[in-house]
Amino acid sequence: MIRKLFIANRGEIALRVIRTARAMGIETVLGASAADAASLPAQLADQVEIVGPGPSSQSYLSVENVVAAAIRAGCDAVHPGYGFLSENATFARAVEAAGIRFVGPDIATLEGMGDKLAARALAVEAGLPVLPGGEAATRADVHTRAAQTGYPLLLKAVSGGGGKGMRRVDRAEDLDTALDMAQAEAQAAFGNAAVYVERFVAMGRHVEVQLLGDGTSAIHLGTRDCSIQRRFQKLVEEAPAPAMPLAAREGIEQAAVRLAQHLGYRGAGTAEFLVDATDFSFYFLELNARIQVEHPVTEAITGVDLVEQQLLVAMGKPLSLTQAMIRPTGHAIEVRINAEDASADFRPTPGRATRAAWPAGEGVRVDTHIGQNGEVPPFYDSLMGKLIVHAPTREEAVDRLSKALESLHIEGLPTTAPLHRRIVADPRFIAGGVDTGFLAGLAQ
Amino acid sequence: MTDDLPLTHEDIAEIAAILDSSGYRELDLSTRRFRLRLAKGDGAEGGLTQEWQWAGAGAEVAAEVTAAAADPQAICSPLPGTFYHAPQPGAPPFVQVGDEVGPETVIGIVETMKLMNPVHAGRSGTIAHVLVPDGTLVAKGEALLRLS
Repeated sequence: MIRKLFIANRGEIALRVIRTARAMGIETVLGASAADAASLPAQLADQVEIVGPGPSSQSYLSVENVVAAAIRAGCDAVHPGYGFLSENATFARAVEAAGIRFVGPDIATLEGMGDKLAARALAVEAGLPVLPGGEAATRADVHTRAAQTGYPLLLKAVSGGGGKGMRRVDRAEDLDTALDMAQAEAQAAFGNAAVYVERFVAMGRHVEVQLLGDGTSAIHLGTRDCSIQRRFQKLVEEAPAPAMPLAAREGIEQAAVRLAQHLGYRGAGTAEFLVDATDFSFYFLELNARIQVEHPVTEAITGVDLVEQQLLVAMGKPLSLTQAMIRPTGHAIEVRINAEDASADFRPTPGRATRAAWPAGEGVRVDTHIGQNGEVPPFYDSLMGKLIVHAPTREEAVDRLSKALESLHIEGLPTTAPLHRRIVADPRFIAGGVDTGFLAGLAQ
Repeated sequence: MTDDLPLTHEDIAEIAAILDSSGYRELDLSTRRFRLRLAKGDGAEGGLTQEWQWAGAGAEVAAEVTAAAADPQAICSPLPGTFYHAPQPGAPPFVQVGDEVGPETVIGIVETMKLMNPVHAGRSGTIAHVLVPDGTLVAKGEALLRLS
């Protein structure tokens, strides 16, 4: 059993976890920074423990402070949410050393998935297709790999993330220069200059599979398409992946389950794939060992509360769901409403929402921590809320999203809402199945 | 600190459906803890909206900051965030008192939402004062440095 849950996060996901915990009769303690002491999740949690000052390096990212706060509050479990310490093996180990359950996978899984090359090797062991390429320790190795994969190719940082240390190389004569830059960037960002080589797919879609496992068995909850991204961060997500033959979708889902079974995966996780938009061949990218921002689209089509499943597995219960019980219905789309000015290269725009009128109605869900006069502090990421629509067909879902966006009014700071109104009106989006180049080709 | 959360998204959808099929334009619900206003759109286009106001939430928590006076010699922060003098801890600062700067000279960085934003001097001059210590939370428009 879990009686008192520590939530090591903030914003909408903290609120989301409080909601399910409350419904399960679990007491909640929010570990908040001083800047979030008056936030909506802090108001709604049973108890608040301050984990440090505003800057996340001294609060939400401080393993020491967060673990100390969870111990102080007498919690028997920690839910890490997404981002921050959610995939940090050191944190999970410290939580467990304090005799507290970590709501997430085994430490070995976190370690295996944190290193991109190790994750790739595990996927190959499980029989998953990966992009041609691989490790290249020396300059000569990089040239050998490049000759094997062909051009265009990507140089990626081994300890990478967020697009740093990543370079696209179109011609062999540019390889040396690009390698120097990628290594310098990787060294500066991650303290590790190691890079690897991967084939670049020009018309790629980002498709992921929601997984649930209890350490023994694993099931999938279908696909999500997250191809609409800026700076390698998602803006729009939908479930299931549209405009894709059923057989292709099933192939990806089966591959993801094979990986989860191979790992003995415990909890909720997401396997991400790059899918060639022209022939639907797919390649494993990475496994996110946590709840995802976009989990509500999967909840909408399956009716499964993923946070509840995470908590049940963390209590040591076997999965009560079987693959046959997962019967997705309809189509769901989520858009992220961020405090960002899309017309100024997505510049963050922290501040206060003087008005926050969110849409409501049938098939509409809003996950947000921003009400009237809600504050977006300058320390954290820019997500203000998620608008999720669900309808029997994709066409109806797009229509519902379009109407919902018309009635969304946030005043006091620029948001991504105007951008989403242009996306939802774009013929390519209406048709469905766009690739990751979509945003660059969006009409101004 | 509540016994239960007020309403789930399923509840909101149900109440919205009731309101939609009724002759009423809006529902305004106030409790000790929150106020919820559900309203039909004004024109033909706008649909139903939900507006939440939480007792106690959104209180002023930002650090006390003084907005820049109308000082023509001040270089101000283009956005709120944490002001840093140097590109990384331990590195020499971008500029020091006495340095000549041009419009494109980077005088510091402001970290906002995990992004590093360079601050440019915006005009030519000589650095007279550094007004804000390294690592300080600054407001948009707050004076960072003065030129002489």
